[in-house]
Amino acid sequence: MTVLTKQLHSDRQAPPRHPWKHLATRWIKKQLFPTPFQSCLSLTTLVLLLWFIPFALDWLLFSATFVGDSKADCVGDGACWLPVTQRIELFVYGFYPDTEIWRVNIAFGLAASILPVLYLKQVDRRWVLGYLIVLPFLMWWLLKGGAGLSEVSSTKFAGILVTIFLGVIGMLFALPIGILLALGRRSKKPAIKLLSVLYIELVRSVPVITLLFMASLMIQLFFPEGMTIDIFLRVLIVLIMFTAAYMAETIRGGLQGISSGQFEAAEALGFSYWKTMGLIILPQVLRNTIPPLLTQFIGLFKETTLVVVVGVLDVVGIAMSTTSAPEWLGLEHEVYLFLALFFFIICFTLSHYARHLEKQMEKSRL
Amino acid sequence: MSTASQLTSTEPVDRDATAVSINNLNKWYGNFHALKNISLKVTSGERIVICGPSGSGKSTLIRCINQLERHQQGSLTVLEETLDEDRKRLQRIRRNVGMCFQHFNLFPHLSVLKNCTLPQTANLGLSQAEAIEYALTLLDRVQMREHANKYPGQLSGGQQQRIAIARALCMRPQVMLFDEPTSALDPEMIAEVLEVMVDLANDGMTMLCVTHEMGFARRVADRVVFMDRGEIVEEAPPQQFFDTPQSPRTKQFLTQILDHGVTTA
Repeated sequence: MTVLTKQLHSDRQAPPRHPWKHLATRWIKKQLFPTPFQSCLSLTTLVLLLWFIPFALDWLLFSATFVGDSKADCVGDGACWLPVTQRIELFVYGFYPDTEIWRVNIAFGLAASILPVLYLKQVDRRWVLGYLIVLPFLMWWLLKGGAGLSEVSSTKFAGILVTIFLGVIGMLFALPIGILLALGRRSKKPAIKLLSVLYIELVRSVPVITLLFMASLMIQLFFPEGMTIDIFLRVLIVLIMFTAAYMAETIRGGLQGISSGQFEAAEALGFSYWKTMGLIILPQVLRNTIPPLLTQFIGLFKETTLVVVVGVLDVVGIAMSTTSAPEWLGLEHEVYLFLALFFFIICFTLSHYARHLEKQMEKSRL
Repeated sequence: MSTASQLTSTEPVDRDATAVSINNLNKWYGNFHALKNISLKVTSGERIVICGPSGSGKSTLIRCINQLERHQQGSLTVLEETLDEDRKRLQRIRRNVGMCFQHFNLFPHLSVLKNCTLPQTANLGLSQAEAIEYALTLLDRVQMREHANKYPGQLSGGQQQRIAIARALCMRPQVMLFDEPTSALDPEMIAEVLEVMVDLANDGMTMLCVTHEMGFARRVADRVVFMDRGEIVEEAPPQQFFDTPQSPRTKQFLTQILDHGVTTA
């Protein structure tokens, strides 16, 4: 016993001289070469990576052309990024008037501010909630204009501006509507329940692309002549309603996971229905459904690209117009790689954030 | 405990007022007749222990009092208000009738303190500061003040149940309902919860307890109600109930539940 404690003690006093080196070798041994079969797999993967990475880096960066005016400037063996760099403003801002671009930048800033705002712990939840409610309207006002700002026609909207705009506003509206639908589906009032079930089942049984076509072509038939709703608004509503139906089902699953004792305790303490839901049940449900909800957010963000089929030019639309422009013909690889990178960065950030949230929840639930 | 003893009863208790009055209550679950013509009158300050074999309807009965279960026939008057379809009235009654559950049902996403303050701020319209002050006094009373910032998941069953009692008391109830508060606890934790309940009873709180703790019944109950198959079989002061039970069903139940011949004492 004393020997053991002594040993432990001396271990603590004299750690290995290069603890990181020691840890690294141990990690490599344990993770990469635990069995002969695994070692084979690891070696094959390493060889493939060693062959691929220099090749990819060379093509993407070292031999690539970033500066120039036209396709003729791309003389190297690598990628020709000119269609992206030359048209970056078109990619980001679409056809938005140059003098008003600051408005788009502010809107981007507001959208990006959501993540840090959610991180804030000290601020009262009600302020955060209020901010998230005001945000979509603020963004809409900034981009569309009116009330002091010059109006911009939505035909000028294109590129990343459209993608971010549809994605962020879609997310902010889809969640509350999804919650209401989920509660409606569990309602004891038959009319509300029936409507919610019908809505959810109908929307879930139709591909989103069909709904988009309906929004762009059919809705107009129901309105009197001369009256139109902005196409932009129409696709936005379709995306929101579509995502909300899916979220409703996720949240309903979460609601089923809450024990009846929670409802009973709240009722016995005199909480009204909405207070029970808002203060006691939904905070628990949202906590438990963060991973699937964020998956749906990411899905929504990528689904915004479908609007291109009804003539709204999002970032994919701009990419397609670029690749078919005569001066940039034959550079599809670069343009679509850029597109992939753009979506990857945003979606990866979102999923990373989801994982962070989950970890925090686990900590506080201990 | 004497410092907090006056907290629960802000007004002097009128000993003759009827707190709960149940008249010919009937309840069915489908074809199963769960409660058969139950009538029971509880005056203010009275301590009632309801016991009986499982499935006898004792939990259903006290859950009817705050309408966690709805009855189909008969009438219920709680604190001078007769229950009907009026949601507002029901909420008012529920705020005056505290309840403790077998499985505690604390809100796991809220800290112990928040569990006690949220009902006050949300339902009684008190300020955060007032709610915290009162919650801390009550947590002190159930000896859980030092755990105020922990979450329910970090605490033992006995501790959770004591907090659940404090949470119910935060609403300043005039009647407390206990639905088998010690049945889900490990044996060594039963005493700490019973102690809080005895303390509450000594304070003059009107209590209806569904429990199998016969020692508790003997110590604090004014009346013991024995239920079997949805009926009240026997109703008597504890002394009489335990020493000279009248009905054979009561006798059988008592011999089953009381080990080592305690009844013969």
